Amino acid sequence: MLKKLISLLAVGLLICSLSIGAQEARPMQDNAAVEVQVQRLASQLRCLVCQNQTLADSHAELAQDLVQEIREMAAKGMTDKEIIDYLVARYGDFVRYRPPLKASTVLLWLGPFALLLAGGFGLFIQIRRRQAMVVDAPLTEEEVRKVRELLNK
Amino acid sequence: MKRALLPLIIFLVVVGFLFKGLFLDPREVPSPLVGKPAPQFSLPRLDSPDTKISPKEMLGKVWLFNAWASWCPACKDEHPLLVELSKTGFVPIIGLDYKDTNQEAQQWLDQAGNPYAANAVDADGRVGINYGVYGVPETYVIDKTGMIAYKQIGPITMEALRDKIIPLVKKLQAQ
Repeated sequence: MLKKLISLLAVGLLICSLSIGAQEARPMQDNAAVEVQVQRLASQLRCLVCQNQTLADSHAELAQDLVQEIREMAAKGMTDKEIIDYLVARYGDFVRYRPPLKASTVLLWLGPFALLLAGGFGLFIQIRRRQAMVVDAPLTEEEVRKVRELLNK
Repeated sequence: MKRALLPLIIFLVVVGFLFKGLFLDPREVPSPLVGKPAPQFSLPRLDSPDTKISPKEMLGKVWLFNAWASWCPACKDEHPLLVELSKTGFVPIIGLDYKDTNQEAQQWLDQAGNPYAANAVDADGRVGINYGVYGVPETYVIDKTGMIAYKQIGPITMEALRDKIIPLVKKLQAQ
């Protein structure tokens, strides 16, 4: 009985210490608004080491450093735009998952729509041409006779 | 015959783009800092942590700013080349010891040779972020007025030194 109690106590203590540890690891939790902003930005910005992950998804050390940097800027009251501008000035537009619309990215933004339009146009032309072919190809007398013959059978 | 030509042309253009893509390195993110002033900092020196080092001290000189760390294998690849370069006295190399411990960094330099005129200790990587460092090694060529003229991403190779860095440094030194 006593043994059981002691082991229960030990487990309880362990759980307590674990949860204390978990709280200690995130000291910035106190400012919820800042944290929301950090999360919003981290999910819009690219981890430069892993490249196909956002800062929020990445476990790379640089990503964590950048999130920390963002957190400090957010705590200073900087807006989303100011923080993104700060990072773009250092890492270029590549750091953004959603690239801005400008001369070098026009193809990226408009390319798919241009392709869609071109494809639609091509399809339209094709359909028109087919229709014209059907109309312009009446049956010859010989063919008409054969069709009648078949129908009369 | 003519009808078959258009898809063929489209196909060849796509092949052309894909072929070119084979030789691009997606890890090379062009630095927007080229052509801008090198960010200022004041960091402790590796050899004497009580004194600080800042890019201001290098004004009037063309210099290389090499971000490295003792934990980084690619830095060890370029290290012998840096040691050789430093022996010629052609251009001073300042190191940015990125997220490293002083002891391990010093140990590596003692063991493999020290090509650096000085090393700035960037223990938490903040200055690295300010310079847009996203992986060591990276090397900046900085001109006499403190402007970043070039950024080498990844280790300095013989080819990079011969084709890019040395000609550029010569040109900047002549200015």
